[in-house]
Amino acid sequence: MNRFEQELKNDNFVCSECPKCQKLVWPPSEYCNNCFGSVTWRKVSRDATLLEYSCKNGEYFCVAEIEGQIRLVGKITNPSDLEMGQNLTLERCGYEDGEKFIFKIKKQALE
Amino acid sequence: MRRVGIASSGLTKFTKKDSSMESLMISSIKPIFDNTKNLTQKDVDVVLTSTNANDKYLANIVSELSGISPKISHSVESLCNSGTNCIVSAFSYISSGLADVALVTGAEKTNSPGLVLDWDKSRGQYKHPIYWSSLFTSAHMRKYGTTMEDLAYVSAKNHRNSLDNPNSCFDHSYSFDEVMRSKNLTDNVRLLDCSMPCNGSASILLASEDIIRKFTENPVWIKGIGQKSISAGFTKNKDLASMQSTMFASSDAYSMSGNSPSDVDVAEVHDAFSICEIMALEDLKLVGPGRGADFVRDMYNTENKKINPRGGLIGTGHPLGATGIAQTIEMFQQVQGTAGKRQVEKARTALVHNMSAAATSSTVLILQS
Repeated sequence: MNRFEQELKNDNFVCSECPKCQKLVWPPSEYCNNCFGSVTWRKVSRDATLLEYSCKNGEYFCVAEIEGQIRLVGKITNPSDLEMGQNLTLERCGYEDGEKFIFKIKKQALE
Repeated sequence: MRRVGIASSGLTKFTKKDSSMESLMISSIKPIFDNTKNLTQKDVDVVLTSTNANDKYLANIVSELSGISPKISHSVESLCNSGTNCIVSAFSYISSGLADVALVTGAEKTNSPGLVLDWDKSRGQYKHPIYWSSLFTSAHMRKYGTTMEDLAYVSAKNHRNSLDNPNSCFDHSYSFDEVMRSKNLTDNVRLLDCSMPCNGSASILLASEDIIRKFTENPVWIKGIGQKSISAGFTKNKDLASMQSTMFASSDAYSMSGNSPSDVDVAEVHDAFSICEIMALEDLKLVGPGRGADFVRDMYNTENKKINPRGGLIGTGHPLGATGIAQTIEMFQQVQGTAGKRQVEKARTALVHNMSAAATSSTVLILQS
């Protein structure tokens, strides 16, 4: 299990970042995909934006964007009046037979 | 750069019946040797195999079983557009002068490991292809007002077209109403909006302009090639209502062949799911943005077979490594005028669109007589 997966298992969403290019390297990698320099690792913001969604058997899944650089497909736990651009929180992440990302609509967006 | 043409082809019926990989491949190579005049094993310089299976040394195994001792032999894998990637590699060997004759064979089995890309972390727990197709569908519906009826016309049209395709894995068609009533896998993707994994093989023989007339009086030339990979992960395609890699690949292919989209008489597009045909028509610029659904409905109503005359992936089945080759064979036959009941009138310029993994990579070929 690599660093990304290990951290994910502990509900920490970390990503590689290139200090020279000042950008997140996604998907996570040992080297920057721009300059091939060594990366550092940091926790990524849990704030996300809803870009698209659909639904299977009553369970909503979406594409969400984090820090304007990382796009993920994850579950939405409290879907209601979903709108594109809505603010989400990465409520939980995990790793069991693969990655899991679980988003929640931010409360203020529901008011 | 020498011109490269298609001289001959072979197909197996697509089925759910299990068979070994090499047996599948040999079964589509046999008709090439049976039906191509003057062709002997000694003529073949290159043997390339296309599959997502993990079989090792496959090109050499297939060569030995076919009695061929090639100069160049290897496998090509690029998920669902392995087949056209393989053709592009063979084209390059011939056009560069490294080889004169290349045999390209592709095959897949129902339980292919290429159905799911586990590597893609960005897909989280949603790694099965129905999820990206459902998100594409949502985005296209939001942007252009595409409906579930629009999607059903794609599937009903392609299933109807496949009735004239003896190699289809279906022995009957599905009507518009049957597609509408088929089981929902997600809110906007039904079972009959999906192409089905199956067993099948397709082979094609390419040759240089210097030698091709030894094998056929009616060669079809590969005039344009465009290929583009945006990424491996699903979420790098910026606009989920269109397929960036297809736009790049088709632009390069049109430019290489000196054609515009209006020159295309017939096309096989990669309808892995119903939404993909509608998006492909738009991204290949065969219709304007948001016009794909209307165009499909019109083809359905007028029994126009311009797009996916063999039934596409939905109507024929989708043996991943064979699909791009089978699509190219259909366009070869259309341009040759040998497509039988499926023949589209005056098909002089044909386009093949083959893509992989949520359109992260696309290949476009343009064929002409």
